[in-house]
Amino acid sequence: MGRLLSPLALIGAMTLQAMAMLGRISLFTVQTFSHLFRPPFYPKELAIALLNIGWLSLPVVGLTAIFTGGALALQIYSGGARFNAEAVVPQIVAIGMVRELGPVLVGLMIAARVTSSIAAEIATMKVTEQIDALVTLSTHPMKYLVVPRVLAALITVPLLVAVGDVIGIAGGYTVAVKNLDFNAATYLQNTVDFLEARDIISSLVKGAAFGTIAALMGCFYGMNSDRGAQGVGRATKTSVEAAAILILAANFTLTGVFFSV
Amino acid sequence: MIRFENVTKAFGSKKVLRGLTLNVPKGTSMVIIGGSGTGKSVTLKCVLGLIAPDSGTILVDGQDAANAADRDAFLARFGMLFQGGALFDSLPVWQNVAFRLLRGALKRPAAEAREIAIDKLRRVGLTADVADLFPAELSGGMQKRVGLARAIAADPEIIFFDEPTTGLDPIMAGVINDLIREIVTEMGATAMTITHDMTSVRAIADNVAMLHDGVIKWTGPVSEMDNSGDPYLDQFIHGRAEGPIAAVR
Repeated sequence: MGRLLSPLALIGAMTLQAMAMLGRISLFTVQTFSHLFRPPFYPKELAIALLNIGWLSLPVVGLTAIFTGGALALQIYSGGARFNAEAVVPQIVAIGMVRELGPVLVGLMIAARVTSSIAAEIATMKVTEQIDALVTLSTHPMKYLVVPRVLAALITVPLLVAVGDVIGIAGGYTVAVKNLDFNAATYLQNTVDFLEARDIISSLVKGAAFGTIAALMGCFYGMNSDRGAQGVGRATKTSVEAAAILILAANFTLTGVFFSV
Repeated sequence: MIRFENVTKAFGSKKVLRGLTLNVPKGTSMVIIGGSGTGKSVTLKCVLGLIAPDSGTILVDGQDAANAADRDAFLARFGMLFQGGALFDSLPVWQNVAFRLLRGALKRPAAEAREIAIDKLRRVGLTADVADLFPAELSGGMQKRVGLARAIAADPEIIFFDEPTTGLDPIMAGVINDLIREIVTEMGATAMTITHDMTSVRAIADNVAMLHDGVIKWTGPVSEMDNSGDPYLDQFIHGRAEGPIAAVR
């Protein structure tokens, strides 16, 4: 009987664990936002986070976007050719990049680059007692470590998404004009005419949401890391997994909110 | 005075503190000794609120450590030297030492904070040359000294030392012990040190407390330590495998 019930017990235990984790993450998120507008503020830490999360992510975001935009143009042209719809390349590249691929790919690249780095840094600080040291020096770790990183991601990731959207469209444009014989002016005109304000707003809102998720997951798993090198490794890995899954889930939800009507 | 009254703490099924009661008189140096995993670090961390005790009270000059109205002001009374230094590796040495002086209630202009940091570095035997280095560029002994400089930077009333000589060679351990003794005497601070280095105990302590199995087995002046008649303390200070403390824990 015990054996028969054990898979059910396992599912039950895993569900309880998942719910408890969700509860802890929700509480952590509420705590972070409650500290966001209450002093003391650490402008130097915020500036460093803006530089690390925003400026230094530009190369990876740019390269991801340009290759994706180019590949998208080739795919749409090749797929569209099956029913004589090659001409829709500018419109679909624009809509694909701005509505979906720009925010999602930037979000995932930020999860890979920023979430992992935040989680590893904070987890190492935890295992080497640097976070305890912060407390003894009358400095709240949430305010000093978490708030600047989350705020920096909230500010910079929408900008990175905007940059990614533009570079992705530029990638598609380059491929279309150089390889697929599109007229440059017409391509740009079609792109501009086709995009709506809602597309751009959704892209930026997704960027803000994904950035916040990426930074929060890095901070949460870093602050809750187990001891030792293995603990740091596990915190880093889990933070990236959680960030990626939550970004994709949030993308689905936000797409529904913006475009289901 | 720091007063522990029947403090208990368990991590899951592991009961670390089982009713710890101890008085640390103001201006004295108390050293807590005991084997690894007996709850020495937990004891210090309970005072600072880094770990919440399950029951019991900790009073610092009559104020309940768990319910300090102004947490920042309460913590500003303490300095702590961590076992591994716990220096912030993203900050240069002087900013580590002056951390408390660069932000919060004790904030000073950066130039003044740097001067104080360099002064404290000199106090622990380091030159101004190390001020702009990063912790990773320092040896273990130097890191410990920077940690000590940080602990005393804001002239705290109470200083905690967590395993101050662990990982150091005997000469450097002697240097750190002498520094701690000098600083505590000169500042008139109340000190609590946890260690299992008996040389440290003899160099630093006014009073000694032996922690075993979550309770204080013996406490008294360091001068009485060798003739205590307590089997736990005797076994520990002589490092004998046989005795009431199990060698394998």
